[in-house]
Amino acid sequence: MFAVENLIHAYDARDVLRVASWQAEQGAHWLIIGPSGSGKTTLLHALAGILKPTSGSITVAEQDFGALKPAELDRFRGRHIGMVLQRLHLVASLTVLNNLLLAQYMAGEPQNAARAREVLGSLDLEDKANAHPHELSHGQAQRVAVARAVVNKPKLLLADEPTSNLDDARCLQALDLLQTQAKACCATLVIATHDQRIKARVPHHFDLQPQA
Amino acid sequence: MNLATISLSYLRARSLNTLLNVLLLALGVATIVLLLLTTHQLDQRMRRDAQGIDLVVGAKGSPMQVILSSIYHLDVPTGNIPYKQALEISRHRLVKKAIPLALGDSYKGFRINGTTHEYLAHYGAKFAAGKAWEKPLEAVIGAEVALRTGLAVGAKFKGAHGMGDKPGDEHESLPYAVVGVLAPSGTVIDRLVITSVESVWAMHADHHEIKDINEIARQIKDEEKEYTALLIQYASPIAAAMLPRYINNNSGMQSASPAYETARLFSIIGVGVDVLRGFALVLMFSAGLSVFIALYNALNERRYDLAVMRTLGARPLKLMALLLFEGLLLALIGGLLGLVVGHALTEILGYALKAAQQVSVTGWIWVNDEWWVLALALGVGVVAALLPAWRAYRTDIAGTLARG
Repeated sequence: MFAVENLIHAYDARDVLRVASWQAEQGAHWLIIGPSGSGKTTLLHALAGILKPTSGSITVAEQDFGALKPAELDRFRGRHIGMVLQRLHLVASLTVLNNLLLAQYMAGEPQNAARAREVLGSLDLEDKANAHPHELSHGQAQRVAVARAVVNKPKLLLADEPTSNLDDARCLQALDLLQTQAKACCATLVIATHDQRIKARVPHHFDLQPQA
Repeated sequence: MNLATISLSYLRARSLNTLLNVLLLALGVATIVLLLLTTHQLDQRMRRDAQGIDLVVGAKGSPMQVILSSIYHLDVPTGNIPYKQALEISRHRLVKKAIPLALGDSYKGFRINGTTHEYLAHYGAKFAAGKAWEKPLEAVIGAEVALRTGLAVGAKFKGAHGMGDKPGDEHESLPYAVVGVLAPSGTVIDRLVITSVESVWAMHADHHEIKDINEIARQIKDEEKEYTALLIQYASPIAAAMLPRYINNNSGMQSASPAYETARLFSIIGVGVDVLRGFALVLMFSAGLSVFIALYNALNERRYDLAVMRTLGARPLKLMALLLFEGLLLALIGGLLGLVVGHALTEILGYALKAAQQVSVTGWIWVNDEWWVLALALGVGVVAALLPAWRAYRTDIAGTLARG
């Protein structure tokens, strides 16, 4: 589904990330595991196409990122890649429903409130559609962030440290949420984490070591 | 969901700040609109009152005073001119029309203007009731006079010396009779009591022992007759070059050009208008600065939102458009509010001026220059948003998200 080849990313003339080769099947669930500073987030951002690596190639859903102009890459990301950010970053001034419509609008997709409500429904959030993010609990906010990531039925779903700062029960709930939603749209799921608790529940692991 | 809903949601989220920016812009726009509307109407009014009058002949003195007293009836006359000399000018071949005015008295602050029927015709006067005077001591009153004094056709009143309305100033005998009330015209005649020249002469002639006014009018000798001014219309363009010199050289009179004197008056008022306009522009500039600071600060609060929008597929240009749109939206709201407030203030000013019996000003007109004011406000909004928009365009998504 995606392939990363000879990827190097340097920052301040220092390599922060090296990936020789990594391929994943459509629908597979992966963890990027490594301690802090190993470049997990950098790799995730490179996969999302929001960070241009120093060298190497990334292909997602048969699309080579290097062959796309910046605007085309933005469009591709909007249509085919969903991201759940570590700090969620819901747009505070917009309602829950509008946060989902924002994803459709920014991706240049037709706005479909029925689809947005359907996703909210599947996450048990129908009654929060008109709430603002500050009125939500952390768990609810996380579900909204996941809903926003999957509302455009992405082929690739990326999550950055979704379980950090959660107790054991909530940690598993959050993981389950991502896996269920990824399955629902047949998306490949990649979670960047240093959380050992979820290792056993995700079949594929990609280990990153800090660069010397 | 579109740029407008997103912008509005941000404006709502910072409602106090938005209110401040909108008010600043609105104040600037309102001040300029107020100036535009009042100077436009003043100018119109001055033009309308002086229309068709090429030259005014009066006693020697300040030419502006001659114009103010005999066309606009806002000042006291410089004096009187002898009947015979006035008649000579009236019959000059370069004079097409010469309307005599005999001023001196007033009623409750409204000037009594002794003239001929030609004066009414000149201003296109229409009667709301009654008809023009036929005999001495019959008078026609303007719409404003009728409204303020309550006089109607058939009523009698006594004039007072000068413009004063202090008790004791009244002429003891000889009351005027109202024979006509004029319809509102938006010109100076609204504020006048108009009668025949003979009425004014008779009022001031030394014949108080004779009770019959017609008899008095008949007995006045030509040597006693005086006009205050002549309103002159030229017969040909050559007159503009010759007539003023002829009058100023060959008589104890002087000529004054309404066009020249009103232009001079406006250049004097213009200083005040310029000061106010400068003040309004300073307001607009501070509004622009305030919008700029608000958007620039908002960028900081919103850097994650902008990064998130990029992860959701937004092109950098879209973020730029979002910021520009927000500046434009603020400017539009402020500009429209300013237009409304400007018109409302003008209308209120109109009421205040009405109470002072001065020129009438209304907020219910539209001047084309207002489009420029609105355009200026929108321009201020866009310019204020340019730098924030550029910064939004340059958002480093991965870097921003990695830090947060």
